[in-house]
Amino acid sequence: MENPNLKRLRRTMMFLNAQKPGLIKDPHVYKPDSIMLDLEDAVAENQKDVARFSLYHALTTIDYHGVEKVVRINGLDTPHWQEDIRVSVAAGCDSIRIPKVESAKDVQIIEEAVLAAEKEFDRPEGSTLLMAAIESTMGVMNVFEICKSSERLFGIALSGGDYTKDLQTSLSGTGVELAGARQQLIIAARAAGVMCFDTVFTNLDDIEVFEHEVKIARMMGFDGKSIVNPRQIETVHRVFTPSEKDIIFAEKVVMEIDEKREQGIGVFTVDGKMVDIAFYPGAKRVIEMAKAAGVYEGDL
Amino acid sequence: MINKVGREIPDELLKDGKNAYQGAFNRHYNKYKKAAPVVRGFVDPRESKMIESIREALIKCEIKDGMTLSFHHHFREGDYVLNMVMNEVKDMGIKDITLCASSMGKAHDPIVPMIEDGTVTGIQSSGVRGKIGEIISKGKLPKLAIMRSHGGRVRAIQEGDIHIDIAFIGAPTCDEYGNCRGTGGKSDSGVLSYAVVDSQYADKVVAVTDCLVPFPNLHASISQVNVDYVVVVDQIGDPSKIARGAAKPTKDMRNLMMADYCTKFVSSSPYFKDGFVYQTGIGGPSIASTISLGKIMRERDIKMSVGIGGIAGPMVELHEEGLIEKLVDTQAFDLKAIESMRVNPNHFEISTSEYANPMSKGAFVNRLDFVILAALEVDVNFNVNVVVGSDGMLTGAQGGHPDTAAGAKCTIIITPLVRGRIPTICTDVTTVTTPGETVDVVITDYGIAINPLRQDLIEAMKDVKLPYCTIEELRDKAYSIVGEPEKVQFGDRVVGIIESRDGTILDVVREMKDFEFRD
Repeated sequence: MENPNLKRLRRTMMFLNAQKPGLIKDPHVYKPDSIMLDLEDAVAENQKDVARFSLYHALTTIDYHGVEKVVRINGLDTPHWQEDIRVSVAAGCDSIRIPKVESAKDVQIIEEAVLAAEKEFDRPEGSTLLMAAIESTMGVMNVFEICKSSERLFGIALSGGDYTKDLQTSLSGTGVELAGARQQLIIAARAAGVMCFDTVFTNLDDIEVFEHEVKIARMMGFDGKSIVNPRQIETVHRVFTPSEKDIIFAEKVVMEIDEKREQGIGVFTVDGKMVDIAFYPGAKRVIEMAKAAGVYEGDL
Repeated sequence: MINKVGREIPDELLKDGKNAYQGAFNRHYNKYKKAAPVVRGFVDPRESKMIESIREALIKCEIKDGMTLSFHHHFREGDYVLNMVMNEVKDMGIKDITLCASSMGKAHDPIVPMIEDGTVTGIQSSGVRGKIGEIISKGKLPKLAIMRSHGGRVRAIQEGDIHIDIAFIGAPTCDEYGNCRGTGGKSDSGVLSYAVVDSQYADKVVAVTDCLVPFPNLHASISQVNVDYVVVVDQIGDPSKIARGAAKPTKDMRNLMMADYCTKFVSSSPYFKDGFVYQTGIGGPSIASTISLGKIMRERDIKMSVGIGGIAGPMVELHEEGLIEKLVDTQAFDLKAIESMRVNPNHFEISTSEYANPMSKGAFVNRLDFVILAALEVDVNFNVNVVVGSDGMLTGAQGGHPDTAAGAKCTIIITPLVRGRIPTICTDVTTVTTPGETVDVVITDYGIAINPLRQDLIEAMKDVKLPYCTIEELRDKAYSIVGEPEKVQFGDRVVGIIESRDGTILDVVREMKDFEFRD
């Protein structure tokens, strides 16, 4: 049976250092859609076991109130990833984020280890989902095959910092250097039917540029954005949640199309805009997203 | 006996007219005769009030064993005056002194050896911190420490519960005839509100200044008619610790979230209308909610008639923008507030009696629509503790907390549900310092509880979309996160009294003892 969590609302994915009790004890109060408990870059090399210990006890004792629990494990080029997977699966995380993915094979190696851990710790097989972080030019080149690599893979995410290093440039704040990768990721993700998430924005005080970047991500088709601080949640959720106007229009489109279809009418207008059957999936998506975000009060 | 907040008050304390707490407004319309100081007339115009030193002041004031000396805390952690005077007292071999300070902090840690050697045997204050709190909690102060609110201190002095023999008033500026102001000089504290009652009720009053100014130093906070002597010293305080620049608005999302809840609550409540009266503290969430409330006031064209305080920068900014008509001030919290005292004609200094004295003929706090306060602990009866740490040690001050809570139409506490591993919302506070009947709303990062005593408020707010829950639910949530802590273990000996603002006993503080693990 397909894991029902493959598709869910993931507007925000908030990075948290798994080693910091103060951060991981109750991030759900800020209402992100997903939290990303980090065992990788935020944790010093000689603290990996401490972080795993903290992660395990957090996941097994804290009620995160339905917020998705993703663990970012260490990469395949480290000696840590196997133990990271065992701990994460044993503790019952929802998903694992694989860093520095460059090929379908990378995902499949992780998938194998995850399955083994599910068996070892008596977790339902297939219950642990995967997502792949694309952090290199090679990853971008292979992104479509990565998207298609596993039934467990719910999405891919761009990691802008490492990617720009590989590209031999740096983050400019304009997004120019990320444009190609963003476009390629979203196209591949949609073609493969998985979700796609934009990279973090680390200048917390530059709210205007952040909001601009979030709007661009939404326009490009991303499903959400990785974030580094709860202060960023409100902006991302506002941008990625259908507005009241969008919802009302989508409702009308769905209802009108249903009605007109029965009457044998193919093209008509809603609020002065020409509408045909091609609008149907988009309008349905708006309604579904509004429902998932808890802002839909209609009957559809 | 058990008092009205459910605390056991030992019978031996209930003597000489001392009663257990019977309710926040139990003494309404009670009559009493004000105590009066002994005044030494200053008749001969050829005489001078100027004296050479603190030592000379003590000699002229006929210091002797067993006296009560008073001090104010406008210089906060930068205060030099209390230690300066007490060092002389100790050098003179005087014993058995009671300190009646409006508050004491870590700056006064040097008093600890004086408690150990018997120079100081009693402390009556709004609160204590640092090593003084520790030594009291360990039972080393011979007399009971008495903790009073700002309003309660004025009441106690006026009713004669405590009589001040000599008041030492650190004055940022003073003239040779004793007119003192909080404004000006190198130790500028803006106001001298706490010291006004001392100047009026102490037998002897000594002004201590590091900035002597030409006569007359008007408009005086402390009048020449109440001052016996004036001493000039090198430095009465450390300006860098008296006032700092305005605290930067918090960027902590948890604080901002609670501030948002608070602003939404305040601005949706029936009391938020043109001309409302408001007070807030200087904690991160309080300042953040003041700033966001300003935004709503602008949007809805609602003005505050009076901002009461404890005034800090954000309130001054709203005043200067025209959103607050008048500021009345008992303590200037930062440089911006101090500067405002000097330049803004509608920023007024008031005495602590005017601010909060419950047995006056009407205090400013009674006019409050809202007060936004913090707490160390809040229990399921809405009782608040701001004085005793969860380890049982005296470590805070009542300040104006119980006064404003009793006075305001809507008293709001903002506090995170847990701090570290300590639940803030609990079954029973370690010590009751503000009675729950005067607390209306508790705002936490996990939800908002309205006191069931305020059914009117519950009804008025029911359609406002906020995360309401019961206080018990908040407590349960806190315990589910950090566990229910074992009670602090105290010895039998009472070391301190938490006095209600009306003079009754709200709670007692017992001697700390080392925690004993169960077998």
